[in-house]
Amino acid sequence: MTFLRVMAFSIAVLLSFTFFANILPQVQSDPPSQEEEPTGTLDMAGFVAYGEKLFSGKGTCTLCHNDLGRAPNLLKLDLAKTFTSRLADPRYAGKAKILQGVEAIEEYVRELLLQPSAYVVSGFGKKGTNDKVSPMPKVDAAPIELSAVQTSALIAFLQSKAGLEPSVAIPSSAEAGKEKAVEDDEKSSEEEDGPAKTAVAALEKFGCAACHDLEGSKADAGPKLNGIANRMGRDKIIEAILKPNTVIAKGFEADMMPQDFGEQMRVSELNLVVDYLVKMKN
Amino acid sequence: MKANIRPEFSPNFIIAAVCVAAFAWPDLVFAAEQAGQAAAEAPAPRPTRADYPVIAGVSARTLAWGLAQMHLYLAAFVLAVPLFSIGTEFLGVVTKDERYDVMSREFMKITMAAYSLTALVGGALTLALFVFYPHLMGYMLKVFRGQMLIYALLFGLELITLYLYYYSWDALRYGNRKWYHMSIGLVLNTVGLTLMFVANAWAAFMMSPAGVAADGAVTGTVWEATRNPLWNPLNLHRFLANIAYGGAIVGGYAAYMFLSEKDPNSKAHYDWMGYTSNFIAIAGFLPLPFAGYWLMAEVYAYSQQMGITAMGGVLAWLFIIQAVLIGTIMLAANYYLWCGLMRTERGSKYAPYVKYIAAVIVGGFLVWVTPHSLILTPAEVQVLGGSHHKLLGPLGIMPAKNIAVNLMLVFTFLSFQMFYRSSRIPTVQWAKAGNMVIVALYVVGCLNIIGAGIYGYFTPTVYKVGASVPQVVTTLSIIIFAVAIDVFMLRGAKTVTVHWGRMSERSQYALFVLPIAFTWLMGLMGYIRSSLRTHWHVYTVMRDNSSEAYIPTIGQAGNTITAITLAFMAVMVFVFWLSRLGTTKQADPHKQVEAGGAVT
Repeated sequence: MTFLRVMAFSIAVLLSFTFFANILPQVQSDPPSQEEEPTGTLDMAGFVAYGEKLFSGKGTCTLCHNDLGRAPNLLKLDLAKTFTSRLADPRYAGKAKILQGVEAIEEYVRELLLQPSAYVVSGFGKKGTNDKVSPMPKVDAAPIELSAVQTSALIAFLQSKAGLEPSVAIPSSAEAGKEKAVEDDEKSSEEEDGPAKTAVAALEKFGCAACHDLEGSKADAGPKLNGIANRMGRDKIIEAILKPNTVIAKGFEADMMPQDFGEQMRVSELNLVVDYLVKMKN
Repeated sequence: MKANIRPEFSPNFIIAAVCVAAFAWPDLVFAAEQAGQAAAEAPAPRPTRADYPVIAGVSARTLAWGLAQMHLYLAAFVLAVPLFSIGTEFLGVVTKDERYDVMSREFMKITMAAYSLTALVGGALTLALFVFYPHLMGYMLKVFRGQMLIYALLFGLELITLYLYYYSWDALRYGNRKWYHMSIGLVLNTVGLTLMFVANAWAAFMMSPAGVAADGAVTGTVWEATRNPLWNPLNLHRFLANIAYGGAIVGGYAAYMFLSEKDPNSKAHYDWMGYTSNFIAIAGFLPLPFAGYWLMAEVYAYSQQMGITAMGGVLAWLFIIQAVLIGTIMLAANYYLWCGLMRTERGSKYAPYVKYIAAVIVGGFLVWVTPHSLILTPAEVQVLGGSHHKLLGPLGIMPAKNIAVNLMLVFTFLSFQMFYRSSRIPTVQWAKAGNMVIVALYVVGCLNIIGAGIYGYFTPTVYKVGASVPQVVTTLSIIIFAVAIDVFMLRGAKTVTVHWGRMSERSQYALFVLPIAFTWLMGLMGYIRSSLRTHWHVYTVMRDNSSEAYIPTIGQAGNTITAITLAFMAVMVFVFWLSRLGTTKQADPHKQVEAGGAVT
């Protein structure tokens, strides 16, 4: 009896923690999606707008450059004055020193993004480094990994923010397209979209009803999914999705169904689809 | 005496030196060849999604998560218990009180079965990692080279010293032999801690890689990879947490035994064991927030992005759950201590103060759980004029929480001090003056904690963490100076009988809350720590391209942690049952027959 009382009490305590965890805001954080690079004809205004998007998005600049004091708030500073005064700072010994005007600003900002420790604003250096080392990550390195085109877009945005005519060159569609192709090739496995949240969304995302008769789609390139629960158990359904050639339904041929759903689907999506299908008795 | 002491330190020192040398420079043992050198210069693997095995729809991450957490629970328990077991054994020798020795052995007894289970789960975890994450494990092997084999050897040494320590207890119980026994215990703990430090190096490397180039190519030694930026903060944090955790679990065991036993002597024994375990748990727990500060400060120093992800990003809400758990632990531990005042006749003298301590603990708890941003509907946001409440909003930021947590720690210590003093009447002449100094220490300390917290409101965010340092120093100063004064003031004090076993049943349930909350809290912290890497296996060096490279919601994580905790509870029930089974003797039916009368 003591044992049961103690276990019941312990489980009740445990469930109360679980309940609390479930009533808080539920946010799933997905890996950053590929930032679509502009590949068509682009004017400078579009390029600046793209830079602004990167500033608060993939570039993660606003994480630190805000009102909380971790880094200068670039959106509130008078950047024209700030950039000029920093170039004139005796502590600054970067490459932009020998340039003039807007080119100097461009070089300074590029340096700021790619070699943040080249010049550290007083009071914002890493602790114990006497403002010699910046805590800012290089934007072209992990985890931010901006491409050369994206870095230029960010510079264009900051120049524009300073009231200057951006001096960076707008990438040609071929250049941007080439860079994108390389990135796509390198990271072909990354998610373009977030995971589906419901079974219906997952079925739609993977286009199941295009080939299978499902909820009245009447498609007949694959076996009917209506009533599949009468023919297959959970394990078999999973196998049929992940390894469709293992068992070929009578009247159909091998290789009709994509073989890479195991790679395309998240586990959560696979579970949503399978949970949905095992209930399809009619 | 010197002759007795000397041999204890020499073997420990040698073993410690060998352990350090082995895991720092495994290449001395496992020489790297030319081919290996070339492989090391290759960048970290970049597996595509197709490279992650999909086996029968099993969620690889959930499986690895479950096994890793279970292994960590068991390992934390079996590493912590010998630490305080040897402490209580030493206390038994110093005080010449046999009860400490008996309790120390009982601590060890209940952990014995857990060792083999730790190894079993560790083996399953290794298998799961190699099956589902072969590229990651291949890379980790490349970075840490032979260190993983040394880890396995150390595990073997841990088992040998453990068995020696436990089974030689009666053979080496008195006189010089006792010192030899404690030497074995020291070796056991040295090996155990080295094991933990090695495993911590791998976990910390995945968060803050060192000794590798930006593309993951191995450029440094094993020692450089081991001594990565987060290694030492993690070592300290886990060391303290293990002690608190081990104490809480043993306390749960003692509480259960207290409730089950009918014999007053056994009840008294388990009441004392419960009190001591609670003391160990809270002693380990009190400095834990400070170790946590250090860890987070180092996280920020290593990568501001990582720090912001934890404290101000997607994981921020988890710290509200953490507050609930820690508040629960504080309330339960204090409640148990207040109930303990009934063990002495003088306890009632301190009872009137309990309500004030309770007010501070509950108040601190409420401040700690107050979020900065509220969960509101658009209509509510409109009425409120924003997502921050005018009065409650300021309670949601660090300065308020720092005040709350430090005051909670100070007043929890006060509860301990009250119980300790309830059985001792000082006889020194300066007792009154000493008491006044202690009161002044508390008053000035609390004012300083509050003042430093208020100052935190007026400094930029980047200095807010810095403003917490004086608060931490104040809290520790109150505890250290109050203990020091008590030690001198209560020397030769008149003692009052403590009626061990005179405790309500309800009080014992507080001791069950502690292990449940600690276990869940450890699971939550593990989830946070792993999530800080976001979509990286090894942060910024090796990307996680699996289909599960996302941070699950708090609800999903909570459900998983609960499932793992339930499984762990089942394992611990089995372990405790086994430990009792080992001492259960069946009555000889023949003797019973003789005693009960002849059967003809």
